[in-house]
Amino acid sequence: MAITLTDAAADRVKTFLDNRGKGLGLRLAVRTTGCSGMAYVIEFADELDEGDVVFEDNSIKVIIDPKSLVYLDGTELDFGKEGLNEGFKFNNPNVKDECGCGESFTV
Amino acid sequence: MALLQISEPGQSTAPHQHRLAAGIDLGTTNSLVATIKSGLASVLPDDQGEVIFPSVVRYGKDGVAAIGKAARDQASEDPYNTISSVKRLIGLSAEDITESSAGMMFKLEKTDSSVPRIATDAGAKTAIEVSADILRALRTRAELSLGGELTGVVVTVPAYFDDTQRQATKDAAKLAGLNVYRLVNEPTAAAIAYGLDRADADSTIAVYDLGGGTFDISILKLEKGVFEVLSTAGDTALGGDDIDNAIVDWVVAQHGVEVGGNAGLQRTLLDQARVVKHALSTNDQAQFSIQHGELSINSTVSLETFNSLVAELIQNTLKSCRNALRQAKLKKNQIDNVVMVGGSTRVPAVRAAVSEFFEREVLTDINPDEVVAIGAALQADVLAGNKPDSDMLLLDVIPLSLGIETHGGLVEQIIPRNTTIPAARAQEFTTYKDGQTAMALHVVQGERDLVRDCRSLGRFELRGFNPVVAGQARIQVTFQVDADGLLTVSAVERDSGVQAEVQIKPSYGLRDSEIESMIRDSMTNAQQDVAARMLQEQRVEAERAVEALDAAMAKDADEFLDENEKQKIVDAREAVVQSSTATDADSIKSALRVLEKVSEVYVSRRMNASIGEAMKGKTIDSYEKQDSPT
Repeated sequence: MAITLTDAAADRVKTFLDNRGKGLGLRLAVRTTGCSGMAYVIEFADELDEGDVVFEDNSIKVIIDPKSLVYLDGTELDFGKEGLNEGFKFNNPNVKDECGCGESFTV
Repeated sequence: MALLQISEPGQSTAPHQHRLAAGIDLGTTNSLVATIKSGLASVLPDDQGEVIFPSVVRYGKDGVAAIGKAARDQASEDPYNTISSVKRLIGLSAEDITESSAGMMFKLEKTDSSVPRIATDAGAKTAIEVSADILRALRTRAELSLGGELTGVVVTVPAYFDDTQRQATKDAAKLAGLNVYRLVNEPTAAAIAYGLDRADADSTIAVYDLGGGTFDISILKLEKGVFEVLSTAGDTALGGDDIDNAIVDWVVAQHGVEVGGNAGLQRTLLDQARVVKHALSTNDQAQFSIQHGELSINSTVSLETFNSLVAELIQNTLKSCRNALRQAKLKKNQIDNVVMVGGSTRVPAVRAAVSEFFEREVLTDINPDEVVAIGAALQADVLAGNKPDSDMLLLDVIPLSLGIETHGGLVEQIIPRNTTIPAARAQEFTTYKDGQTAMALHVVQGERDLVRDCRSLGRFELRGFNPVVAGQARIQVTFQVDADGLLTVSAVERDSGVQAEVQIKPSYGLRDSEIESMIRDSMTNAQQDVAARMLQEQRVEAERAVEALDAAMAKDADEFLDENEKQKIVDAREAVVQSSTATDADSIKSALRVLEKVSEVYVSRRMNASIGEAMKGKTIDSYEKQDSPT
């Protein structure tokens, strides 16, 4: 089981964490939304919860609860640019289908 | 694939419901828009990488012909249709303007209205409309950059703006389709950018703002997290442009050049003066060299010369500082922080003089052009609800997720655990059956996927809405947890407006150990829960398909299907019903797929028939006749 970050993503996460001045790392999760879909959650992590799994890649700690890990295992987090917009992308091998813009998905 | 930003813990939003906020510094000469991405405040550039947006609009016959840098660059070609410095007019009446507009490139329309209108090729424009065009351009830039519609903005205004000017600015934002959370004073925004609002103790702050064409000094008092403007002073015709002019005057005098009315030469001289000014922010001397027709000037400007040229200007600003202090009834040494704003505060002599005047270090870390927009963005981010603004409010969190039961005994989480309260989240649901006129809502708490594994908090019903086809009704369910932890769940059907609500105290009777074990269960049962959810979703899908099929078959199976075809569908339907009692999601899925396949012919015949029905008795001719005028 693993979650990885591309160099671009790791670089940005480090910048954002440094700017924030605190935080253990990055918390990734999924939450249910819509009728049958899942949505990604990407947050700063200030504390570990019981059962959390911690991965370290590119010297960034990625924290994930075991329930979300079922949906996210094997995911590579990337950082990209589309026109003026930029942000993080989940390259998630578990996804079978996603909504038009890719914000929610099903497995 | 959507591009996501990192949220603060517990502040994630549902897809397509991001609370995108921006701060806008609507300036006299230049405007900027800033936002917070993944916790980092930044000013947003255009596709050329330019962050500064000149507050200039050029109008043509069809409306806005050019805006921002393009409009500024074309100003000399079309001066009367190119509106700049409109901020000087906003909220003023026609009488207010006559004197102060001297030297401004406006043709004012003569009207009976007290609101002045500027004559342009696109018609008479009020200052509000021109400002709205600028704001609209900034809004577009922000929305492209954030990848979605803005939820709200904070717009900054000068501290000395009166109520009419503030209202006019707000109206301009509204006209630009922006939701204004709040107007914030420019000096206050600058102080927020430096985090001075988070100081533990009460303090006084001086904000020294030397822009391109205006100078403002404001004295602020921060008390219990609230800023109060104690006094303002300044000069609306003093700024960086005066420094440029001083350099040009010096060079012209040195070389005995006759500028006269030569606008082209004047422009070249001023452009070079600006280059020299910028160079002298970091170097001890700079080269003033131009080539204009026959004329060639090459002159070294030393920092010493430059400082003597700006000395008078600086003294004038310090006079205003003294004024402001006097009005605020404060002594220089009672000022705790001095914030520097505006591009002209990059001039080392300005920094040194202000630092000496207030007898302390001045704050210059943040880009002085951007600091106001950044403060506005920080404020907008808090007001949009993206920060767990724990410094301002005593906050609590929701210990377990709150949600609602959906068809098939599944839980739909509305407010995830660890969300800070007060909190409000809304989600839209729809009906499951044709003609449904009521809905039972079951509010549950917990981390598990199935209702039976969660804690039931309460039930209520929404009755009496209009019967429509399944999936067409729009029922908005809102969860609201107030500062005391009281949960109110309300539901409203959008078309009929029918509503109902229930109040619950979610943490009532729950001990910490129980909360802990509920969370732990959800982790240890993660795999089973995922499987259970998928199974349940497939079952619901199967049920829905069978129900729709039965309804159709009862109506017109004999009309469209022969016995053989009918039998095939009935068999496939039976297989789906059989499989849905099993505990394997995949077998339901494949049975459903078979049913879909064998029903295809039936579905397409029904579709064709219904189109035929709609056109029955009409020929193509009759359609054409109806359309053409007689």
